Amino acid sequence: MEFSHILFLGLAALAVVAAFNVILQRNPIYSAIGLIVVLCSLAALFLTLSAQFIAAMQIIVYAGAIMVLFVFVIMLLNVRAEETRIDKQKYLKWLAAPLFLALLAEVMAVVQYVNLTPQPLPSANGAADPQGVLGTVENIANGMFINYLIPFEAASVLILMAIVGSMLLARRERKEDVERIEKALVAQQEEEQKYEEEVAA
Amino acid sequence: MSSLLNSIDFQYVIGALVKIAVFWIFIMLVVAYTVYAERRVLAVIQNRLGPNRVGWQGLLQPFADLLKFIFKEDIIPLAVNKWLYILAPIIVLIPAMMVLIVYPFGPDVPLPFGGAISQTLNDLGARFGMNWNIDLRAISLHVTNMNVGLLYVFAMTSLGIYGIVVGGWASNSKYSLLGGLRSSAQMISYELALSLSVIAVVIQAGTLDLTKIVEQQSGRFGIFNWNVFQWPMFLPCIIAFTIYLISAIAETNRVPFDLPEAETELVAGFHTEYSSLKFALFFMAEYVNMMTVSVLATTLFLGGWNGPWVKDIPWLGPVWFLAKVFFFLFLYIWLRGTLPRFRYDQLMNFGWKVLLPAALFNIVLASAIGVLFL
Repeated sequence: MEFSHILFLGLAALAVVAAFNVILQRNPIYSAIGLIVVLCSLAALFLTLSAQFIAAMQIIVYAGAIMVLFVFVIMLLNVRAEETRIDKQKYLKWLAAPLFLALLAEVMAVVQYVNLTPQPLPSANGAADPQGVLGTVENIANGMFINYLIPFEAASVLILMAIVGSMLLARRERKEDVERIEKALVAQQEEEQKYEEEVAA
Repeated sequence: MSSLLNSIDFQYVIGALVKIAVFWIFIMLVVAYTVYAERRVLAVIQNRLGPNRVGWQGLLQPFADLLKFIFKEDIIPLAVNKWLYILAPIIVLIPAMMVLIVYPFGPDVPLPFGGAISQTLNDLGARFGMNWNIDLRAISLHVTNMNVGLLYVFAMTSLGIYGIVVGGWASNSKYSLLGGLRSSAQMISYELALSLSVIAVVIQAGTLDLTKIVEQQSGRFGIFNWNVFQWPMFLPCIIAFTIYLISAIAETNRVPFDLPEAETELVAGFHTEYSSLKFALFFMAEYVNMMTVSVLATTLFLGGWNGPWVKDIPWLGPVWFLAKVFFFLFLYIWLRGTLPRFRYDQLMNFGWKVLLPAALFNIVLASAIGVLFL
């Protein structure tokens, strides 16, 4: 029993319990908090694998930014309605168990067949990584901005396209909406004119 | 089991725990006396006396306040979501506290009686059949030096938002909810400018490790080795320093950016429904966060523990460090005594339309100087 084993077992148990919490809770806020706990314990697991940068990014991007949006949306919507809602698709419940078993079998198969002896990880310059410097910021920056610059830039263009696309979809103007807004604007202007005339009178 | 107790990891963890305990007590004392200093300094600014009855000049006031908080009735309103209501102050305080493991308090220092203490410990271990090899003659005044120290600080401060949002929501009161939403919106907006502003320093230092950033600022030119004055990066660093200071005040919800707890509009904001020790936890978290941003400002811009004679007397390092941190804490109190509160739309406009573009422009400037001169 080494110290890293204890750490791993504790963090992994926390992650699994919190993950179950995410799917078993009725209240979406509890689920969201469970997901935050999962993300944080995963970040800690990354740290034990000396992947410091990934760990920090996991917390900053997922736990710190994306989940805040989730929590916001859940809080501003009416949560009570979500809690008491009856499931419409009842057959999905029966499909869940076999799908879960299939996934579990798949994971078991992978664990069974994969080579479990730890391989020395290659660092950016191709050498082995005994000191655990693979996950440092310098190494990842080297990989991203020197070795794999073009794929990285291509991926960022792809993400930019996704952002622009979602903006376009969200802001597409429907005809009746435009008419409604124009009508409201005209009505408002008329009201203001009336008010001004009254004041002048 | 004995192999576990013998392992180097175990000794490291015990050492880290001891250090964390010492630093934690120290930080709690600093927090307590910052509250006291705030009340006394505000009193001076407003031409009053302030608390001066408990102990000499009121120096025991923080402990009296703590006792009062503990013995007050702990009211949990009926309509609250009980679990989250109790959880929220904890979520606020724990990430705020977790940051202290990367505070670089000082250089490696010789521990008084370090040799004798380590000898005693080793003998004690030998008596129980352990083969410890503890050496306390020189200790480092930080718990750990992470490769991603700066990112770790930002990660932890971004987790603190949840406590405020959850606390505001779980209280089931409109003032609390509005305060919580305001606070999180404000923290998210200013976090952008805050994290973008420090990039100038990162370009200068070439590392995110806080201890290394401080070590790089120790040189023979004294104050001109500090990042704000260092040739050729001083211009972007001064801009970064200004942006950092402003957004740090907004990030900690302090005057003049204390919209989340604007008492004229929101009673007390997100902690309206909290009483007793739970309120005290929110209060403490706010002061620990103030401490964190002050420590970061000192470390990144003002040379951390560097100062005159540190090379000869290493124990002067933490003294200089704390002096600089206290300067920033004093600045906070000073601002609170002198400035009125912003309006909410002004706050948002300022964050998104002034600070963020300025921070982005500063990155371009810093990168240009970095490419040309470094």
